[in-house]
Amino acid sequence: MSIDTSTAARVAKLARIKVEDDALPALAAEFNNILGFIEQLNEVDVDGVEPMTSVTPQRLKRRLDVVSDGSQQQAVLKNSPDAREGFFAVPKVME
Amino acid sequence: MTDLNTLGLAEARDALRARTTTSKELTAACLKAIEGAGALNAFVHHTPEIAMEQAAAADARIVEGDAPAMCGLPIGIKDLFCTKGVPSQAGSRILEGFLPEYESTVSGNLLGSGAVMLGKLNMDEFAMGSSNETSVYGNAINPWKVDERQLTPGGSSGGSAAAVAADLCLAATGTDTGGSIRQPAAFTGTVGIKPTYGRCSRWGVVAFASSLDQAGPMTKSVRDAAIMLETMCGYDPKDSTSADLAVPNFEALMTGDIRGKKIGLPKEYRMDGMPAEIDKLWADGADMLRDAGAEIVDISLPHTKYALPAYYVIAPAEASSNLARYDGVRYGHRATLDAGDGITEMYEKTRAEGFGPEVQRRVMIGTYVLSAGFYDAYYNRARRVRTLIKKDFEDVFAAGVDAILTPATPSSAFGLGEMTDVDPVQMYLNDVFTVTVNMAGLPGISVPVGLDSKGLPMGLQLIGRPWEEGDLLSSAYALEKAAGFVAKPTKWW
Repeated sequence: MSIDTSTAARVAKLARIKVEDDALPALAAEFNNILGFIEQLNEVDVDGVEPMTSVTPQRLKRRLDVVSDGSQQQAVLKNSPDAREGFFAVPKVME
Repeated sequence: MTDLNTLGLAEARDALRARTTTSKELTAACLKAIEGAGALNAFVHHTPEIAMEQAAAADARIVEGDAPAMCGLPIGIKDLFCTKGVPSQAGSRILEGFLPEYESTVSGNLLGSGAVMLGKLNMDEFAMGSSNETSVYGNAINPWKVDERQLTPGGSSGGSAAAVAADLCLAATGTDTGGSIRQPAAFTGTVGIKPTYGRCSRWGVVAFASSLDQAGPMTKSVRDAAIMLETMCGYDPKDSTSADLAVPNFEALMTGDIRGKKIGLPKEYRMDGMPAEIDKLWADGADMLRDAGAEIVDISLPHTKYALPAYYVIAPAEASSNLARYDGVRYGHRATLDAGDGITEMYEKTRAEGFGPEVQRRVMIGTYVLSAGFYDAYYNRARRVRTLIKKDFEDVFAAGVDAILTPATPSSAFGLGEMTDVDPVQMYLNDVFTVTVNMAGLPGISVPVGLDSKGLPMGLQLIGRPWEEGDLLSSAYALEKAAGFVAKPTKWW
């Protein structure tokens, strides 16, 4: 599997990281290098092996379905780069 | 009298209990050492006022007779832990200005028991790195120095390792996703333990790869590691993977009596091109444990070589998901936008400016291996391989092996900048001996055992059975006693 610049651009877009066009060839080369290293995994016979979902054999705990926290609007907004009138402010999302 | 900042946790605790010193004196000594150690760039956010207040409170507790083990002991906290009202940036520009409104469970456990926070410690950005060179704060510097070069303290907990080795604090917190406690401990002649996955709560610790991340102590001795680990551990309902198990008194379990224990040497850890000195250190360590009464056996962990490539699928995949939260909306950095930019441009510019190159690389690799069409080929295959890696260890433990002895790192500390021009995969190889332990969720400890011909510390790793940190610490204590490693870096900073 080889990654070309258009695939690199698509991955950057999916990751929501702006990559300038002139940086794409180097990025694609880095991806290919790392994926080449990962390709070793194809040597392993994984037939019938379950993918790991939990490294320790435990069920996730369940809690009562009740409100356990909240009413912390000030604290939640405190670190926002742009909070106004009790909301997070962002650029216009819809026309 | 010895400078108080050079004490370990156990000695300082005993001195506090004997009233031969105070937390204020210990704390002042550390703050003075930190002030004079700017060249190491270990502490990146200083909290001297908080520290002196906490020290005064600890002294009052000691007088009242309410002094848990960590009470009054000054420590450093890795920048990855959220500390209430104190900058917590995970070494990243994207969390510039972030002041958490809450305290991580682990740092809260420490502070609640009376520990004193001296400040926040340098680290690789989002814990992604093995040399502390990806930090927004610049490199942390290893106090060990043998020529004109500045050496890496390792990573990602590089600031923690440098600070403990240079006696800027009595101990420090670290975190370990692929070796980030054990590798820097080995590079600086200090002790670092990563407990079993689930021992330490991850709540409030900035997430890198949630199925691998664990916090642990970085200390000057195995005994200190036992003391601090006990305070850090414990069930936390706020972390769904936290283990609801009693935390034993690790220090009491740490007898150092390993007679009759079976210690395995995995043949797959004998890598091509491994320096002869590391190989000899490993053999010497095995001899030390044998002399202490352990039975040394050859074992096989056949999937070892696939741990690192599987890690470089799983860790970036989880990182790409965890780091999606840095969007310039809720905290930290937001890019300045051009007229007409919409929300997508805001995300893209914010993340391009806020994340450094290594973090961007891993987020994108993670995005790729999770993307439609590749999920099975990469992510699911890596998770299957992870099952096999864990089974390797289970088989060995089922055959009666109590602990596994391996090198901690493939070399001693290297020079800062020396790995800049090599490809990222070369840097990843630093974690080749440690990453298997995270993949299997096991406890692992790095113990300094000797100096190489250049005069730099080298460590060995012991790997234990799940939840048996006490037993592991006991084996580590036996190794520490036999190795008798007492060298300290010569002060140049």
